[in-house]
Amino acid sequence: MINIYEVAETNQMIEKENLDVRTITLGISLLDCIDADLGKLKDNIYHKITNTAKDLVKTGKEIEKKYAIPIVNKRISVTPIAIVAGAACKTEEDFASIAELLDLAAKEVGVNFIGGYSALVSKGMTKADELLIRSIPLALSKTDRVCSSVNLGSTRTGINMDAVRLMGEIIKKTAEYTKDKDSLGCAKLVVFCNAPDDNPFMAGAFHGVTEADAIINVGVSGPGVVKTALEKVRGESFEVLCETIKKTAFKVTRVGQLVAKEASKKLGIPFGIVDLSLAPTPAVGDSVADILCEIGLEYAGAPGTTAALALLNDQVKKGGVMASSYVGGLSGAFIPVSEDQGMIDAVKAGALTLEKLEAMTCVCSVGLDMIAIPGDTKASTISGIIADEMAIGMVNQKTTAVRLIPVIGKGVGESVEFGGLLGYAPIMPVNPHSCDAFIQRKGRIPAPIHSFKN
Amino acid sequence: MKKTIITVVGKDTVGIIAKVCTYLANNRVNILDISQTIVQDYFNMMMIADIMDSAKPFDVISDELAQIGEEIGVIVRCQREEIFDSMHRI
Repeated sequence: MINIYEVAETNQMIEKENLDVRTITLGISLLDCIDADLGKLKDNIYHKITNTAKDLVKTGKEIEKKYAIPIVNKRISVTPIAIVAGAACKTEEDFASIAELLDLAAKEVGVNFIGGYSALVSKGMTKADELLIRSIPLALSKTDRVCSSVNLGSTRTGINMDAVRLMGEIIKKTAEYTKDKDSLGCAKLVVFCNAPDDNPFMAGAFHGVTEADAIINVGVSGPGVVKTALEKVRGESFEVLCETIKKTAFKVTRVGQLVAKEASKKLGIPFGIVDLSLAPTPAVGDSVADILCEIGLEYAGAPGTTAALALLNDQVKKGGVMASSYVGGLSGAFIPVSEDQGMIDAVKAGALTLEKLEAMTCVCSVGLDMIAIPGDTKASTISGIIADEMAIGMVNQKTTAVRLIPVIGKGVGESVEFGGLLGYAPIMPVNPHSCDAFIQRKGRIPAPIHSFKN
Repeated sequence: MKKTIITVVGKDTVGIIAKVCTYLANNRVNILDISQTIVQDYFNMMMIADIMDSAKPFDVISDELAQIGEEIGVIVRCQREEIFDSMHRI
């Protein structure tokens, strides 16, 4: 029988340590909506989304009530739109009108984000892929809840450098198009290497073509819970430290598994995966950087950060894997800058640089995330940063991502406020030296060798 | 049968258990187990209850208990047992 101390521990995690289920994401396949007629396609998409997701928000709220656990976001991911709308959309405006439709559907069912305004171009771009990518600035400036992602490379295919070059320009253009909102559009645009098909987290969620018709994926979160658990083992050995993280990750993930199964049952939609993640929010005490400090660093970014993060990420996975029947998505510790108060403090203190963040992404999910950079950063420089990050993912057989926000009209020393879960960020300096000639080369970087591992 | 865990946390005062139990009795909620501790003047109680015979659904009982808690200045929370089971039992 459950005892009072166990009950108190769980409730303390929820009340004081920000334990929550970060998102229930309903993945919806739009493959059966495909039509060469744009009007018909739009009708099909709208009806499929609003029918499949009509009870999503209500169900989320019921589960919240039943277990008194906050479920912060209810979201939808759809099949990459470049695939779905390729036959019907002939211009950038056609594609952008699909984004507006997705926005409308998201508002209708009450979800806060809809992901899947995406193209998968790791080896090459179709005409539709390129049109969709070129329409992203327009689409993100005309919508509130649509998230866009582009997969630019993979371990199996290499890196599509033509698409990397294009995305540098598109990110700049998106920033320009949304400059009256501090370039907010770029916070909803992410590029990937090795993008997973079942990621429940935004902005990178899309419903992969290998997935079922509809599926429930859940992302849990509890950096505050891990931090509090580690406060009790200060000065102890690495063995004790790792065991503590594992046990805590197990408990946190079990809540995610429970919520995922419950949502799946109530909605009559199969359960996909739980994403084992430590996802921070700007709330005090909900920070991954604070865990790194608790492990023994003055600030995130200090020497030792990469090792501490590697340890944390691995233990979260080890603890979480046994707690869930299916694990997927990005799974690991997230290190966004603007969404994590500890990271923001580290940047302000001069402890954390873009280069250190890049090193950190080698050992954790996902990548250079929610980093504000000067608005006058060149497109080719952004492409260079993207190429570096894609290379890390490609060679290390892991997912990496880049979500940079060149804030138009602002420079180093200023900060930018995105609001809500997206937080605020000091603008970080970027290496000023040029990579123009490298980025101007055409074609792609070949896939890496899978033998002679050294 | 899945049980409901009712927790009461707050500053210790006269009649907390009486109020909560009266409500439960009036609504035919059977109490299977009660335990309580007081930590630094803070009252901490947990009840394991069975609401199967109650005419009211779970969410109504949950809201009304929260309301009673507010009246006497404590936090009353209703949760289904599964969240604790899944977190603390393999």
